[in-house]
Amino acid sequence: MLTIKDLHARVEEKTIIKGLNLEIKPGEVHAIMGPNGAGKSTLGYVLSGRDGYEVEQGEVTFKGANLLEMEVEERAQAGLFLAFQYPVEIPGVSNMEFMKESVNAMRKARGEDELSSAEFLKKAKEACKQVNLPLDFLKRGVNEGFSGGEKKRNEIMQLIMLEPKLAILDESDSGLDVDALQVVANGVNSQRDGERSFIVVTHYQRLLDFIEPDYVHILAQGKIVKSGGPELAKEVEASGYAWLGQADEGEEA
Amino acid sequence: MSEQIDQALARKYDAGFVSEVESETFPAGLDEDVIRRLSAIKGEPEWMLEWRLKAYRTWLKLTEPEWAHVDYPKIDYQDISYYSAPKSMKDKPKSLDEVDPELLRTYEKLGIPLHEQEMLAGVAVDAVFDSVSVVTTFREKLEEAGVIFCPISEALHKYPDLVKKYLGTVVPRGDNYFAALNSAVFTDGSFVYIPKGVRCPMELSTYFRINEQNTGQFERTLIVAEEGSYVSYLEGCTAPQRDENQLHAAVVELVALDDAEIKYSTVQNWYPGDENGKGGIYNFVTKRGLCEKNAKISWTQVETGSAVTWKYPSCILKGDNSVGEFYSVALTRGKQQADTGTKMIHLGKNTKSTIISKGISAGYSNNAYRGLVRMGPGAEGARNFTECDSLLIGDKCGAHTFPYIESSNPSAIVEHEATTSKVSDDQLFLCQQRGLDPEKAVSMIVNGFCKEVFRELPMEFAVEAGKLLEISLEGSVG
Ligand SMILES: Nc1ncnc2c1ncn2[C@@H]1O[C@H](COP(=O)(O)OP(=O)(O)O)[C@@H](O)[C@H]1O
Ligand SMILES: [Mg+2]
Repeated sequence: MLTIKDLHARVEEKTIIKGLNLEIKPGEVHAIMGPNGAGKSTLGYVLSGRDGYEVEQGEVTFKGANLLEMEVEERAQAGLFLAFQYPVEIPGVSNMEFMKESVNAMRKARGEDELSSAEFLKKAKEACKQVNLPLDFLKRGVNEGFSGGEKKRNEIMQLIMLEPKLAILDESDSGLDVDALQVVANGVNSQRDGERSFIVVTHYQRLLDFIEPDYVHILAQGKIVKSGGPELAKEVEASGYAWLGQADEGEEA
Repeated sequence: MSEQIDQALARKYDAGFVSEVESETFPAGLDEDVIRRLSAIKGEPEWMLEWRLKAYRTWLKLTEPEWAHVDYPKIDYQDISYYSAPKSMKDKPKSLDEVDPELLRTYEKLGIPLHEQEMLAGVAVDAVFDSVSVVTTFREKLEEAGVIFCPISEALHKYPDLVKKYLGTVVPRGDNYFAALNSAVFTDGSFVYIPKGVRCPMELSTYFRINEQNTGQFERTLIVAEEGSYVSYLEGCTAPQRDENQLHAAVVELVALDDAEIKYSTVQNWYPGDENGKGGIYNFVTKRGLCEKNAKISWTQVETGSAVTWKYPSCILKGDNSVGEFYSVALTRGKQQADTGTKMIHLGKNTKSTIISKGISAGYSNNAYRGLVRMGPGAEGARNFTECDSLLIGDKCGAHTFPYIESSNPSAIVEHEATTSKVSDDQLFLCQQRGLDPEKAVSMIVNGFCKEVFRELPMEFAVEAGKLLEISLEGSVG
């Protein structure tokens, strides 16, 4: 599904990712943990092709294609999905319009017909229900005035609607209470079908109680410094990141 | 800002073609003789000629306004032709079958078929080509309701008393430099009269097209809504792509008598010039409405075209409880300049006004909102609410807000809110990550920003306006 070889990338003038390797097979769930500032979000942005994030060295193949040569929207259309750590507002553009454009752009790229309004609405309603968002969220502006938890659930709603091949969840758990965490995890689990892969970026182990990963990686200072099974997450939970030689700065506000 | 957005903002103008039509055009130049000839060609009554000449003499004494936040080379008024009409229009075609097919094709290409069976149901159109009206559709149907909708040149023959009674009552001949010029040389435009208590059965619209080179367009529109009547009117405008600037100086007067309502919408898409600021229309327009008791006037405008725009659709809220509204979207890109806004003059008791202005600036453009809210001494309990939002795309453009508030009545309440925001990289990235290309993303974000105004447009045109913004923002790739 995804192969990252010796990836080095910088933001502005600062190199953040420094020699990262990762192999993700279809159907696998990989958790990436690590202290604040380790480069977790940066990795998600580099993989999505965000402007300003420059690859200095290395290769990334996604479903056999050179990911680094593709535009942001081409990567998305090829099935790469990023659930944002800080979802941005688009005032005046309703969630409904936004998702309709999005779903249809993906379908168009795959050579499929656009969904009719009725078909789309049905899908949207189901997705809303799955993440426990009231239907009137479809009419509201994208993330406009949403609470932190609502924004995160909205990201998962989008994931469900877009049915990507590889989803990167960037701290989709931060700022959520246990109930909301459960909702987010259920949303993700419902999409696990043995084909679809996930990168679950999290600061804490607790999300991994609900979404069981196949592999856990510790990212620190731009590299994967340790990999293991689900038990590694528990170790981190017990000992923090202090053993990496730096203090755990705790969760961001 | 990314290169992609710059590309997405490269201009594209769909209406820039020229129609091959043989025209009768006055040589450039302006003096009393030109005005006499113009009036004679139109076979106008003597009083109209006198009125024009008085306006001309006033104009000679006025100076061109310089206070607007726009910058353009001095206009040589002797270098402009003041009349141009397709030769085929000389014999006054009686029906569409007699109209030069090339003219009809022009409107068809612009998406405005003039054959009634092909038209949007429920919309009557007056098509003005350079200085004359080509055709006005659905006239019989409107006449049944007692509604008059015809070229103003025709109204001067058929309904001279009505025109004489109201012309210049809202925008006086010598109101300002451009209005005086228009009063002297106006050629065509629409006349609308809605009788007492009548709800106009269709949307009325006028479509202005400048085609001939080196001509000015000076249209004049007069809408009179008698007591308790209602009308919704829309104007659209385009012009060919040319390297020379062309002047468009229009005057629109609205009269809403007691309990009447006029909804006036504009979708302005004059040629804006190229990316270096070469060519384009100078759009210097005076629009004003008068509200008697309990009357209401709403101006809604979507301004995407013109090299320079100078335009302040205004309401004089004379009657008690009258209501004025102004909803505006002004998009500038390339080197376009817009100085636009409104004046709400509250004279009567409990008068209300709402101003919603959305300015979008991209490229190297400059976009200014200029609005005056005046509460007269008699404006007991009057209220105004103004919301003025600017959206910047890129970092080379400018947005400016010039609100003026004058209150002579302590019981009047004026509220003003203003915001400035940017289309952020974050928003664009989110859209692209969800599979949208940057052009679609920008146009969606801009459409969202304009939603409050688009809601005010008649249904058929809200869709058009959205598309127009999209085209305006589209790159050369599309
Ligand atoms: N736009 C930027 N410009 C400069 N430095 C940045 C930028 N974005 C992130 N960084 C830096 O990159 C490092 C990694 O950030 P990030 O990927 O957000 O970490 P994480 O998600 O693991 O907390 C941090 O030191 C951060 O300050
Ligand atoms: Mg992060």
